[in-house]
Amino acid sequence: MMHDIPLAWMLALSATVFVIGVVGVLVRRNALVIFMSIELMLNAGNLAFVAFSRALGSLDGQVFVFFVMTVAAAEVAVGLAIIVNVFRLKETIYVDEINLLKG
Amino acid sequence: MAAFWHDPNVRMVFWALVKILVILQAMLGVVSYMIYAERKIAGHMQARVGPNRVGPLGLFQPIADVAKLFFKEEFIPDGANKVIFHIAPMLAVIPALIVFSVVPFGPQDALRVTDLNVGLLLFLAMSSIGVYAIVLGGWSSNNKYALLGGLRSSAQMISYELPMGLSCIPVILLAGSLSLVEIVRMQEHWWFVATPFGLLAFAIFMITALAETNRAPFDLPEAEAELVAGFHTEYSSMKFGLFFLGEFANVISISCIAVTLFLGGWNGPWLPDAFKFVWFFLKLAALLFFFIWVRWTYPRLRYDQLMNLGWKVLLPLALANVLVTAIVVWWRAQG
Amino acid sequence: MTLALFAAFAALLVGCSLMVILHRNPVASALFLVLAFCSLAGLYLLLHAEFVAMVQVIVYAGAIMVLFLFVIMYLNLRHDVEQGIAVAVRRGAGWILGILLLAETVAFFKGRWAEGPVSAPDLAPVAGNTQAIGQVLYTRYLFPFEITSVLLLVAMVGAVVIAKGRGPGLHPAAPAADAAADAKAAAPDHAGGEA
Repeated sequence: MMHDIPLAWMLALSATVFVIGVVGVLVRRNALVIFMSIELMLNAGNLAFVAFSRALGSLDGQVFVFFVMTVAAAEVAVGLAIIVNVFRLKETIYVDEINLLKG
Repeated sequence: MAAFWHDPNVRMVFWALVKILVILQAMLGVVSYMIYAERKIAGHMQARVGPNRVGPLGLFQPIADVAKLFFKEEFIPDGANKVIFHIAPMLAVIPALIVFSVVPFGPQDALRVTDLNVGLLLFLAMSSIGVYAIVLGGWSSNNKYALLGGLRSSAQMISYELPMGLSCIPVILLAGSLSLVEIVRMQEHWWFVATPFGLLAFAIFMITALAETNRAPFDLPEAEAELVAGFHTEYSSMKFGLFFLGEFANVISISCIAVTLFLGGWNGPWLPDAFKFVWFFLKLAALLFFFIWVRWTYPRLRYDQLMNLGWKVLLPLALANVLVTAIVVWWRAQG
Repeated sequence: MTLALFAAFAALLVGCSLMVILHRNPVASALFLVLAFCSLAGLYLLLHAEFVAMVQVIVYAGAIMVLFLFVIMYLNLRHDVEQGIAVAVRRGAGWILGILLLAETVAFFKGRWAEGPVSAPDLAPVAGNTQAIGQVLYTRYLFPFEITSVLLLVAMVGAVVIAKGRGPGLHPAAPAADAAADAKAAAPDHAGGEA
């Protein structure tokens, strides 16, 4: 490739996506969409890892991306199982209607 | 203008586009005649003649089929999600076409679009994307049979992706590379299918390939007897045609990968380098015949049999195969 | 050309991420997220991280998002209902907080925008970075790698136990959901195994 993208642009992009993920968690009440927003945040982190790995000339950043992906996969498997169970119990996946602890 | 043409990037893009166009056209031709071949072979297997009315030996049958599909009425069910209903058939074809970009048809650079150093992973990625067409097609139709077909297929394709990925790993271990060109080069003297673990991996790969392409005996997503054609119940006209094209394009691309990984790609005796690609296409034709042969020979599996085969037989076998191959490769490297 | 590709992928990524949180239909959200992951894979390719890019597509687009779609269809969700004063207030608060966070980032970046180091020149000639990643993963990060497999095992068992449910009030889970959950948990392991 002829040019390389400045690190700062990649980081700015990563920050933007992270903020979008944060807003998604804050504004949506559908538990699945909140989950997707968390995935967005994790991926924003991954982008920053890969960008730094490129800028520093070391592969450690890319290795960390694997660990993040593994954690994300484990989290999704357990999280979706919980959501399915909650739906069976409460017939809703809106987080503000799921208030089991209030009794 | 001349300076523009001499820019290597421009030339690279231009030649890539030309190759893509050639592959696209060739693929459409091969698919239409594969459908013809399938109908003919099925006919002979069932002791009848098969299509024989349009042209000599029925050779123009594909043209008539396509014309029929084009002039059929386009139907979108009430309550369907229109955008996704339109996108799903396209998703059935595109991943299969992308796989062709890394397939080396011959030893020359001109006979492949590109040589990616993660070519095999690209194939696995595209085969995992292929699920979306069926799931979305089934969901967006707003039809319970279609939805059931879509859900079945997502479970089936996820289950069989794992053994498929695992059956590729012995090849990676033996070749020491993820580039398909490199993998073929390593098979110059000895095809991977001729090693014991290569043979087992090839068998697992072909079984999972049947499941991934939703061909009989694994065609549960469309099981016409119980699901009224499954995910494409509501599709008609060229959208149905695209699903059909996608299925056959998938069969061809997965066969190309099988030839590359296990059957030595373009390698073969007698022919000079310039005509090595003939071997590739001969092997490809043999595998395509295998797909058709299996379809008209075996009955469909039941759903629980399908899941048992995937998770309790193929997955452990593939894992054990990886382990054994790794030990052998390590032992060889030791001395 | 790299810059144009970067601009295109970045625009696609930001646009799709916005659509994920703005669209009312969960299936559409999931599909936009798939598109966002694919554009991220494109960005990784631009950063010469081919292996990570392909694994991104295999794991995220091919496994995780299929599971999301599976659950959305299993629960038969259509459009989200977002009405009422409480919801509107929370939405406004959420956007304000988000914009504040973005402003903070901009303020943080403003001081050091220009001096971002360009990539290290010595990394470029690495032909296939798969082997290099495998080298690092199985030497320096071997212990975390093994711990990861334990994590996956725990997640797999956990998902099966939770989805099965217990007590008389709950129906037994659909076996397909369990199988898909297993597939999710196993997917990255097999991706890692290819390194």
